[in-house]
Amino acid sequence: MECVFGLVGKGFAIVVADTSAVHGILVHKTNEEKIMKLDSHKLIAASGEGGDRVQFSEYIHKNVALYQFRNGIPLTTSAAANFTRAELAAALRKLVGVVFVQNPYAVNILLAGYDNHTGPSLYYIDYLATLHKVDKAAFGYASYLSLSMMDTHYHAGMSLQEAIDLVDKCITEIRSRLVVAPPNFVMKIVDQHGARECAWRQSLPSASPTFC
Amino acid sequence: MKLDTSGLESFSTLTAPGDDVVGEFSAPPSFQLPNSNDFDGFVKEAIQMVKPAKGTTTLAFIFKDGVIVAADSRASMGGYIYSVKKIIEINPYMLGTMAGGAADCQFWHRNLGIKCRLHELANKRRISVTGASKLLANILYSYRGMGLSVGTMIAGWDETVIHMSNYHMAFAQLGPSLYYVDSEGGRLKGTRFSVGSGSPYAYGVLDNGYRYDLSVEEAVELGRRAIYHATFRDGASGGVVSVYHVGPEGWKKWTGDDVGDLHYQYYPVVPSTVEQEMVEATGA
Repeated sequence: MECVFGLVGKGFAIVVADTSAVHGILVHKTNEEKIMKLDSHKLIAASGEGGDRVQFSEYIHKNVALYQFRNGIPLTTSAAANFTRAELAAALRKLVGVVFVQNPYAVNILLAGYDNHTGPSLYYIDYLATLHKVDKAAFGYASYLSLSMMDTHYHAGMSLQEAIDLVDKCITEIRSRLVVAPPNFVMKIVDQHGARECAWRQSLPSASPTFC
Repeated sequence: MKLDTSGLESFSTLTAPGDDVVGEFSAPPSFQLPNSNDFDGFVKEAIQMVKPAKGTTTLAFIFKDGVIVAADSRASMGGYIYSVKKIIEINPYMLGTMAGGAADCQFWHRNLGIKCRLHELANKRRISVTGASKLLANILYSYRGMGLSVGTMIAGWDETVIHMSNYHMAFAQLGPSLYYVDSEGGRLKGTRFSVGSGSPYAYGVLDNGYRYDLSVEEAVELGRRAIYHATFRDGASGGVVSVYHVGPEGWKKWTGDDVGDLHYQYYPVVPSTVEQEMVEATGA
């Protein structure tokens, strides 16, 4: 029941993810961060199986950092998205090991970034290594409930307040219509000033302190 | 499909003679079940969803004086039940719990202990719980899909930890740490975890009784009680409850009680008044 969605506004891109870490019927954590800062001006929101989500995000993060070290300039958002897609595609069909098995990453990713010349952008990358540059996107059960909402209310060049209002509408819809809706959500934003946390939406105060 | 309920009727044959329903006289009473392929399927599916993949109950939680780690001791192989030690002492200040395959957990925790010691020798200081759990998570992730079954918690007390993550700025954290690591490669940092088939039962008692400012004795008792209740309700958990406390000086074992004894300790037998006595039937 992981919910990840995002949209592009005027000079910024916003991504929202739920914060529940679930195993079967048990919720282990209600404040698990699923949106990682890829570099100063990029965010990667991942949803998928626990191990894959963290390991793949960190793998991309380290490689993006390595590029910057080697070349002295950061990757553009488009380059980072294409690199991520290529890694997913390679793992999708590559045979590994003594008994040849495939070991694909079961992660869906929304990559949001800001570049100085091209402005904000959002990339949809699914677990089959599909890549699309989009204005708005959603993964998981959230997509059924929030895509039509976003299609109706979205327009190009939304202000931050309008975008947050739209996100809140989507969260309300998820909470009221999804049978096992996650209680808490986190919003992160990336604009010319960088990538940072925007807000939390908590209907259940977290058991753990937020640095966990 | 007809269900035979003749066993439930004791006097069905004693009908009055001369009944016109002669055919019904010899047929056992029955009723029709719904016409579907798998009538009980949805109940079975619900049970399967919760079904224990890891037959045990372990828990750990952080409170103001450190970490409490508690576990049952039941291990089963088919129908045979025996007792194993489920809290593994990685080194004098770090503990790991075992859930899933016993051999997998024991081997990889021992392996982790070796790597932690090597880290100490190479870097002249103790490895943090963050580092140890990441080492284990990476190893388990590399064996993903190959059938390892490990659901473990790594608990310990760090002297000084610089917490640097991709999500937040760096900051120093002193004191207890708790991580959940499993064989799918997942790793979660938290303050309260319970793992195993009995974990939902343990969570109920643990969540209800938990306060950050528990004393050590109260916290040990909470851990013990939570495991006891899980062993009471879960068939795959039982044996002996072990409770450890990890403090600034390292870990210390506090209790090792048999759950049978604990049951009568918490719920002593009270002689109940007999309302009706059974007497011999004097004849129909």
